[in-house]
Amino acid sequence: MMRHTISVLVENKFGVLSRISGLFSGRGYNIESLSVNRTLDENVSIMTIVTMGDDRVVEQIIKQLRKLVNVIRVRNVSEMDHIEREMILVKVHATQRTRPDVFNIVSTFRGKTVDITNESVVIELTGANDKILAFLNVMEPYGIIEVVRTGAIAIGRGSKMTSEMK
Amino acid sequence: MMTGAQILIESLKKEGVDLIFGYPGGVLLGVYDTIYDSDITHILPRHEQGGIHAAEGYARATGKVGVCFGTSGPGATNLVTGIANAHMDSIPLVVFTGQVATSLIGGDAFQEADIIGITRPIVKHSYMLTNVEETASVIKEAFHIARTGRPGPVVIDLPKDVMAAKAKFEWPEKVNLTGYNPTVKGHLGQIKKMLRLLESAKKPVIYMGGGVVLSEANEELVKFSEITGVPVVSSFLGLGGFPGTHENFVGWLGMHGNYASNMAVSDPDFILAIGTRFSDRSTGRLDGFAPNAKIAHIDVDPASISKNVQIEVPIVGDCKAVLKQALGEIDKFNWDKNASARKDWRDQIKAWDKEHPFDYDRTADIIKPQYVVETIYKVTEGDAIICTEVGQNQMWAGQFYKFKRPHQFISSGGLGTMGYGFPAAIGAKLGCPDKEVFDIAGDGSILMNIQELTTAVQNKVAVKVAILNNRYLGMIRQWQNMFFNDRFSHCNLECQPDFVKLAEAFGAVGMRIDRKEDVENAVRESLKIKDRPVFMDFTVDRNENVFPMIPAGASVSEMLLMKK
Repeated sequence: MMRHTISVLVENKFGVLSRISGLFSGRGYNIESLSVNRTLDENVSIMTIVTMGDDRVVEQIIKQLRKLVNVIRVRNVSEMDHIEREMILVKVHATQRTRPDVFNIVSTFRGKTVDITNESVVIELTGANDKILAFLNVMEPYGIIEVVRTGAIAIGRGSKMTSEMK
Repeated sequence: MMTGAQILIESLKKEGVDLIFGYPGGVLLGVYDTIYDSDITHILPRHEQGGIHAAEGYARATGKVGVCFGTSGPGATNLVTGIANAHMDSIPLVVFTGQVATSLIGGDAFQEADIIGITRPIVKHSYMLTNVEETASVIKEAFHIARTGRPGPVVIDLPKDVMAAKAKFEWPEKVNLTGYNPTVKGHLGQIKKMLRLLESAKKPVIYMGGGVVLSEANEELVKFSEITGVPVVSSFLGLGGFPGTHENFVGWLGMHGNYASNMAVSDPDFILAIGTRFSDRSTGRLDGFAPNAKIAHIDVDPASISKNVQIEVPIVGDCKAVLKQALGEIDKFNWDKNASARKDWRDQIKAWDKEHPFDYDRTADIIKPQYVVETIYKVTEGDAIICTEVGQNQMWAGQFYKFKRPHQFISSGGLGTMGYGFPAAIGAKLGCPDKEVFDIAGDGSILMNIQELTTAVQNKVAVKVAILNNRYLGMIRQWQNMFFNDRFSHCNLECQPDFVKLAEAFGAVGMRIDRKEDVENAVRESLKIKDRPVFMDFTVDRNENVFPMIPAGASVSEMLLMKK
């Protein structure tokens, strides 16, 4: 089972999201994360879907996505030179005593502290999947109260549009 | 300026639609008021499910797009089985559903149902029409999507207010769909690669499916098979795509297919699959399916390639177009390369067929269901359009009728919809009035859309229904007999109507046949009736099972044959 990041360019039309999420649930594929928003062209949206599966499953997922009439382009960005980022907001227990340690870690990971109370801090962190996981791992002993994640977004390196890259 | 409803009807005319099936309802009254003035023939089924199956039968018999209408709420939900059926068997349909006014959507209005949401997994595509100005372009797109690529059903939801709103009618010249552009021609390099593998194969077989019927690639396939000398095995829905009497035709494979076909795919060294999706009913357990063969696969749907079986040479394209391309290259190869090995292979297949052909006890005094099908084949000289219900009747129809041409065999393959055959036969007969159309039915299935007798009587549709009446849900009884120790749970249909009186009550002709010697005469008599449907109630052997049989999840080597 490999983690795959798939970039899907879709027409920005009524019901497209449900067609795509329904395809995943109906055929038993899992979605680890899905993020969607408009592109520069307001008629077109881009979805970044992270899914787990072996090569055969991911090949089927991509073919099934391409069959949808509202889907313009599908790219398995995991197979290309790309940049992937996710943003998380984490609420962690932090008292006066532990706060310096927490700040230290946050600064090592190049995160930002965006809220502080007497018992807790909220941290904003951006990075690729492995960095996010590593950070959460280090924060664990302090007591994570809550995590909210955006899900991954991805873009190809170089001057070509991701959807046009081979 | 025209209303949305008027634009809708004008658009149908532009698409060449001359026959529609539909059932009116509250939100469709405006559309029906427009249909009232139009010269498109409208057939009123007596249940929306009957209407959509008739549209499917019409589409399958004619190769055109079937069109049907149902109103919002229950009208639309009654269409769901037909939409799923068309999706599984790749039947081109455009399905119009009524919808409450846009201002009421989401408010649980009377007869409101989210039919776009309900049908999302079973459509090729769907539209909710929210702007009257898009009516013509949406309809043009819908027909284009339904009939091109791998065909399928397209649903268009019609809110009441959009159908009443006005706009100028402008028929678009072209369809402009950025995300939809099916590949028609195959990749020449891949085609040559396939031909090279086929050339050097010693035990090759062509495995064709419904895609050959849909793309009408029959002539090209016959030529291809004759030049290369490769035997042809069909899937159940491929029947008719290759002449059933041709010497290269082995039969059909799968759960109830013939011995020779299943043996031919169990250990070939090369398979050329054409327009088929390797369904579980065809392949049996996958590890027993051609484990040593290289497989090339021609299909217009890339997602059907390597879905269930890994393919060495994928060729995406329309079956007919790709076979034409292959025929263009065919002289460059030497088809006598392995002549003696090929001959041994063909002889082996013939020997298998001789060993275990489709068979039944021909000496029995009682009417065997297979005998009824065989008699229909004989009397109609193999020329009739054959529709089936689902179950034993369906399998015997496939086993004992030999099909000549595409669009001749109409059966619910993927979804297995009981109650399909009779309305499909009505649609087929309306589309092909010069052909004899039979529905080979069981006494269970026929009751599932029996109300369509009225539709057939009203429109003088002379379909012949042959009920193989064993007073059982026969396929259920067969499985309970074979796998559940004869515990016949709820398959006994001893309580049933008098089908002769029932037909007569509807204004049709009813016949009961309980002696073997009367079977042929009854079928001949039925052909004389040209203005009404005929129900032939054949009292057949209650305990007859369908053989051969590869049990579900088993492989070809576990095939069960008829006891001699």
